[in-house]
Amino acid sequence: MSQSQQPTRPQDANAASFAREGALAPPRAPYTPPTPPDPIEAGALARAQAGDHQAFEQLYVLHKRRIYSLCLRMVGSIAEAEDLTQEVFLQLHRKICTFRGDSAFSTWLHRLAINVVLMQLRKKGLSVISLDEAMEPAPNEGPGRSFGAADPALSGTIDRLALEQAVCDLPAGYRLIFILHDVEGYEHNEIASMLECSIGNSKSQLHKARLKLRDAMRSHPVKEAQP
Amino acid sequence: MSDETRTMTCAEFHALLPDFIGSGKNAANHPHIQSCALCSALLADLETIAEAARHLFPAVEPPDELWEHIDSAIKNEKDAPKKL
Repeated sequence: MSQSQQPTRPQDANAASFAREGALAPPRAPYTPPTPPDPIEAGALARAQAGDHQAFEQLYVLHKRRIYSLCLRMVGSIAEAEDLTQEVFLQLHRKICTFRGDSAFSTWLHRLAINVVLMQLRKKGLSVISLDEAMEPAPNEGPGRSFGAADPALSGTIDRLALEQAVCDLPAGYRLIFILHDVEGYEHNEIASMLECSIGNSKSQLHKARLKLRDAMRSHPVKEAQP
Repeated sequence: MSDETRTMTCAEFHALLPDFIGSGKNAANHPHIQSCALCSALLADLETIAEAARHLFPAVEPPDELWEHIDSAIKNEKDAPKKL
């Protein structure tokens, strides 16, 4: 089974229009599958819903890469990402009969995975329920150097690994919204719904996350651009 | 251009920036950007970061043994006595 059959991240489908409009303009259309339903997936799904365990394994093979990668992006730890991926597919096994096809299966599973990760983050103490207060950093944590700073701007090319590290170093709330919006391609209204916060808060947190990343990248020694 | 935008300070422009995100407006066209090198550089940096984000954390395969753990957990769930 080819991995190319897996749906792309929502951001990938509209990358061209995003580049045209500028990165701060609305980047993407709402999350829709870029390709028609995969007949192999549809068959496996129907059989898995009927209790066929081999078909469920086929669904795992089709979606494991995307779900594991999502978990890894959101928590930044391989061990946790493995545990979360396991929990996602356990939940899928329990709930697969409730999938009615109102959205693409990949969309439904992606959302299920995000909910599993958010539940885990809540257990660990990140209050994503009251984001407006809990995710607001202390005054000394907020973006500092960006505002009115006169240091040189980023050169336009960024060391990808350094930026990934900077994202991992963000406070959990900032990281979550940056990953969901800028990496996974969700819109602010979708993020607000998932995190039970206001759209304005989602926008504000994303902006602060980008400012912190800017500060981190300007502190990072300039290296050769990644190939 | 209104007097309000012509005299906008950097702080006032910064306060607007989160609302530009997802609004459909292109912040690069804002009058303040045309006359402020600092805010123009800030905007360029934020755009660079947002653009770079789409290439971060490339997809990776989970370890092969993960399915065995999932398979085993599913079987354990099936075998477990159901709660009344």
